[in-house]
Amino acid sequence: MNETSIKILAVGILLTLVGPMADAARVSAADQIVREAELKRVEVINRIAPTVVAVFAKGGAGGGSGVLISKDGVALTNFHVVSGLGPFMKCGLNDGVLYDAVLVGIDPTGDVALIKMLGRDDFPIATLGDSDKLEIGDWTYVMGNPFLLATDFQPTVTYGIVSGTHRYQPPAGTWLEYTDCIQVDTSINPGNSGGPLFNSVGELVGINGRGSFEKRGRVNSGAGYAISINQIKFFHDQLKAGRVVDHATLGATVTTDSDGGVVVNGILESSDVYRRGLRSGDELVSFAGRPIHTVNQYKNILGIYPKDWMLPIVFRHEGERREIHARLRGLHAKSELMPNAPKRPQQPPPKKGKDGKPEKRPDQPLPPRPDPQAEALKKAIPEEWKSWFIAKTGYANYRFNQLEQDRVFAPLKSLGDFASATGSWRLTGQSTAGDKFELTLAVKGVGLEIRDSAFFQQLEDSDAADEPPGTGGFLIAAHQLRLLLSKGSSAFTECFYFGSEPLDGRGELVDVIVTTLSAVDSRWFFSRASGQLVGLDSRLHEDEEACSVRFDGWNDFGGRRLPATWQVRSGEKEFAILKVSKADLAGKK
Amino acid sequence: MSIKCRLMQFAICILQFAICNAFLTSETSAQTTRETIAAVQPKVVKIFGAGGIKGLASHGTGFFVSKEGHIATIWSHVLDADVVGVVLSDGRRFTAKVLGAEPQLALAVLKLNNADGIEFPFFHADEAISAGSGTRVLGFSNMFNVAAGDEPVSVVHGVIAAKTTIEARRGVFDSPYSGPVFVVDGVTNNSGAAGGVLTTRDGLLLGMIGLELRNAKSNTWMNYAIPVKELSSSIGQIISGKFEQKRDPRSDDTEPSAKPRRYKPLDFGFLLVPDVVDRTPAFIDSTLPDSAAAKVGLKPDDLVLFVNDELIQSCRALQDAIGRLESGDQLRLVVRRGNELVNVEMLVPKKREKE
Repeated sequence: MNETSIKILAVGILLTLVGPMADAARVSAADQIVREAELKRVEVINRIAPTVVAVFAKGGAGGGSGVLISKDGVALTNFHVVSGLGPFMKCGLNDGVLYDAVLVGIDPTGDVALIKMLGRDDFPIATLGDSDKLEIGDWTYVMGNPFLLATDFQPTVTYGIVSGTHRYQPPAGTWLEYTDCIQVDTSINPGNSGGPLFNSVGELVGINGRGSFEKRGRVNSGAGYAISINQIKFFHDQLKAGRVVDHATLGATVTTDSDGGVVVNGILESSDVYRRGLRSGDELVSFAGRPIHTVNQYKNILGIYPKDWMLPIVFRHEGERREIHARLRGLHAKSELMPNAPKRPQQPPPKKGKDGKPEKRPDQPLPPRPDPQAEALKKAIPEEWKSWFIAKTGYANYRFNQLEQDRVFAPLKSLGDFASATGSWRLTGQSTAGDKFELTLAVKGVGLEIRDSAFFQQLEDSDAADEPPGTGGFLIAAHQLRLLLSKGSSAFTECFYFGSEPLDGRGELVDVIVTTLSAVDSRWFFSRASGQLVGLDSRLHEDEEACSVRFDGWNDFGGRRLPATWQVRSGEKEFAILKVSKADLAGKK
Repeated sequence: MSIKCRLMQFAICILQFAICNAFLTSETSAQTTRETIAAVQPKVVKIFGAGGIKGLASHGTGFFVSKEGHIATIWSHVLDADVVGVVLSDGRRFTAKVLGAEPQLALAVLKLNNADGIEFPFFHADEAISAGSGTRVLGFSNMFNVAAGDEPVSVVHGVIAAKTTIEARRGVFDSPYSGPVFVVDGVTNNSGAAGGVLTTRDGLLLGMIGLELRNAKSNTWMNYAIPVKELSSSIGQIISGKFEQKRDPRSDDTEPSAKPRRYKPLDFGFLLVPDVVDRTPAFIDSTLPDSAAAKVGLKPDDLVLFVNDELIQSCRALQDAIGRLESGDQLRLVVRRGNELVNVEMLVPKKREKE
């Protein structure tokens, strides 16, 4: 045997040895990867399962799922789960304990509800994720109580992928519209409604609420839908405040033109967008910072925003590109939003599509199912929880609005004793344009002298007017401030905490209080960081441009703190920036 | 250098090679699901055509099989329109016409109109692969028309549960397609999903998602895809214009037929009513005097319900069932006469080969 043949033989032997060895190594490496993935799943599930809520009607007439998002027991679920349950319900966690819970706020359009579980201040909570970062193919966990299986409240886990993002699922009438939602092939069945959709690392990215069923009966058919957590974040502070919230509409209708652009084909002249220059025939370019290419896409984006938010809109008017910030109108009339009005939404008759064919409606919210464990739950609400619910027309639970009002108004007290300043208030200084001014806030009227002109608004037996003209009624706005400082919420016929919104549609999130006195509606903006009042929008009439006053810095004037700089404008038109150098508040200090 | 030394060197070399190899393999399969989906979705289109009444969807799915805009899809009622609409994953809209079809394979090929000069991302149908049970797969389709806007189709995941054949039998499994299929454990086959694609997790083309298929007995639904390997030659022929449609073996033409036609109702002495529609009920039109049928008492207007315990829903189904009989079998019929059910039994007569 020569050297070469030995070599060949050696190669042969080695190949037969190394081949299977390498395969074995590969297989065990693959096993290792599978095992690690499995361990990771188990870890994630163990971490998030304690946050998953099994919701039962008091008396056990139905139920669904939910997820805890704050340690004091605030949990998210679907509106269609709590609708009809009344203010109190029972909620189980995987510790096996059944807790009492109270309804906090509802969003009938978006199919979201907030409840508060009672009895602990250290509930386990889910971490909120960013649903816009989800991509098709990402793994997701659905957890909840499908078919109300979990008698020990241990949630059922299903695992699947994101099938589609930014999906639109049409409403039933105007309720339960799923816009910009997440589509998953993760099993969602009746009873999963209101439960969490988690991403692969266990962050909460959505609330499950409906599925496509069509002809296969009411069980998972490979297409489930979750409301994006990013949409819910916009509404969270409003829901937390016990409100019945509404979604936004532009006040204009759009259509696709022959070139494929999205064009305004109808507009309400009383709408904010109209006042800011949007006209029929204008082409929408972007909405809330997202480019618009189709009507569907526009509806999808609009649907995730709350009524009364101010948002940036870019459009093309006669070829010219314009950017505005406009306040959005509500989708529903106030009366439609009464807690008792939109009970269980009825499926409307199929709408006729464009081509005259009926539109298909395979996708329905998952109804709660009757619960076999009803008897255990037939306990009356303990006396100790009764104070957690206050019924008031227009609210899901007014108790929570009171709490928020108290929180937001608290810093006002530290500004000084304005109640005792019962006489005329005289503020003097100079505008940034160099004009001297004098603002007088008296009991019977408000006056402003500036640039050799004098403006006056009588307060008794007189209609509120746009004074100075073009400001949207600055004098009335200044009077609102005096009322708030001296009398607080009791100065107004109506006062509620709205929630949060981005200041002027572009700034930081601010807390918003809304007050009404006669026909004058005011929105008060409070910094969330400092608690300080940063401005107000006061509107003389619903369909008119508001007077916007923004405050910068509060100075001490003899023991009372007042805004140092007042920026006064109406719409996009600035009137003046007033710098107060002296303030005389008659009355005791 | 001693032989021993050289052997060692070889061994090390080969080990290194084996390790490198293992590395390469794992690297190629390390394409993420996100990347796979991003690569497949532009090749899948939404199809809008006829339907929209009586629970029939007017939407479907297809996939590009050429860069010039040929689309393979399922042969279905959606294509029963003069022109069908096609929406691409990025929202571009086209019209298309049916270039050719192979109903036996449930296949149709469309060509986009006004697409000259545009290149489309596409699947090489002749490079479709096969895969066995346990293979992880993705299904891409316009199921439920969820992706109604300018958005890509839905994606679902699953595992191939079996590679098998389905038979087109009227009655229990009234399948429009018979032949080999991949059966999937995920819910791939929904309304409008047919014509979509089944791929591996690496995006390699496996199959075309079939029409919804329900088991009438258990009211369960089957999720399956037709291997594109089975379709690729027909796709190629339709695109090149050399296609000759095969005859549907289920049609009444006897030759060539995959189904045996050993016996006819006349061999038992009865005739059926003229077969005028797709599912003409199997009514007896007449019986011959002194025939086996006459002897057991079959009468005109008897409706045949069962042949040897097989549910009969049409004249064609009856002909198929009788055609399958063997000499010496018993033919048991259940017929409805007025409001009563009548059982009859006849011996299948001997027959000369090649009549």
